[in-house]
Amino acid sequence: MSAAAPIDPEARFQSIVDAEDKIEPTDWMPEGYRKTLIRQIAQHAHSEVIGMQPEGNWISRAPTLRRKAILMAKVQDEAGHGLYLYSAAETLGVSRDEMFDLLHRGKHKYSSIFNYPTLTWADMGAIGWLVDGAAITNQVMLTRCSYGPYARAMVRICREESFHQRQGYEILLTLCRGTHEQQEMAQDAVNRWWWPSLMMFGPSDSESSHTEQSMAWKIKRVSNDDLRQEFVDMTVPQAEFLGVSLPDPDLAWNPERNHYDFGAIDWDEFWAVVKGDGPLNRERIEHKVKAWEDNAWVREAAVAHGAKKRRETAA
Amino acid sequence: MTYDVPDTGEEFLTESDAAEGYPLWEVFVRQRRGLSHVHSGSLHAPDAETALQAARDVYTRRQEGASIWVVPSTSISAFEPEAALDFYEASGKEYRHATYYQIPDEVGQM
Repeated sequence: MSAAAPIDPEARFQSIVDAEDKIEPTDWMPEGYRKTLIRQIAQHAHSEVIGMQPEGNWISRAPTLRRKAILMAKVQDEAGHGLYLYSAAETLGVSRDEMFDLLHRGKHKYSSIFNYPTLTWADMGAIGWLVDGAAITNQVMLTRCSYGPYARAMVRICREESFHQRQGYEILLTLCRGTHEQQEMAQDAVNRWWWPSLMMFGPSDSESSHTEQSMAWKIKRVSNDDLRQEFVDMTVPQAEFLGVSLPDPDLAWNPERNHYDFGAIDWDEFWAVVKGDGPLNRERIEHKVKAWEDNAWVREAAVAHGAKKRRETAA
Repeated sequence: MTYDVPDTGEEFLTESDAAEGYPLWEVFVRQRRGLSHVHSGSLHAPDAETALQAARDVYTRRQEGASIWVVPSTSISAFEPEAALDFYEASGKEYRHATYYQIPDEVGQM
């Protein structure tokens, strides 16, 4: 075999991708593919980690012990999901500390949805149902991503994530079958989280600069607008069952398209939050940096302990 | 586990040194008795004991594991992809497969 003519690495790479095989860390890959994946996986990992803050906000005020245990398990899952994703990104030659540093200095982004505040207990329901629901729609697609470590992390995350959406829906269902005040609280949460959830899928296809190349590399398998439509179609009947309305007067079934039509997204708001002017952008990063710095002594102690154990073993 | 205050200057690390003291470990989980350990992912930890504890929290939160191995990533040797290609594409040895042999139908299942 060593006598065979050398194969163009880029052609070989694309043929693996086209054959629906996975690219693995030691394979040759175009620099753009590597960079796109690092940016996307890091952003995804940061979202899991920053996403712990809005829900962590309610752990101490969960209405029952059962709800509290569930919420703690969910937040712990988000930490785990962040770790799976940082590990996947590291296989591409970037270190976790480098990614933390970029996040802390505002050079890396995370999902804008986590820059909105969680004002009531019903927000825990709306986040699980809508935010995790939108995330799952995106992540199910990513289980078929061409990069092996990312796709495998997604399989694990999706398996764990369905509990997240179901627990959120159960919270809202309980409120919607409760008192008038509870119903109003549920409706208010849905009103505030609906549009930001639709924005989670990113800019419209016509505005999205990365989509075409990402589709050719099979990093992305479905376009932003198609995923958004899938999410809307799935969610509207679930809202009807709850008995909440979705805050969009243009939302209506279109029998010709066989999809729900929905109103225009406020892209000015979307870009403002992406660029740092959402309700809580500064607080989220400040909190993250503070936690990192306040806990430096734990990391140092662990390293010292590890070094001491190695010396003992060597002695 | 006890925590001993380090007694020499060398352990008082700067933050970036502390991070470098967290090597990467590969995690292998046996889902249940009777199955092989399968690679689940990787994590950073300062020593094997801490790596095992972290692996339990990160990769087996839903009783997915009956046993866990952690191995320093630097201890794993592997083929370069090009060499592996030679290996996998070794052809012309169809006689290693059961389907290569013609057995008359009358013989029945074999």
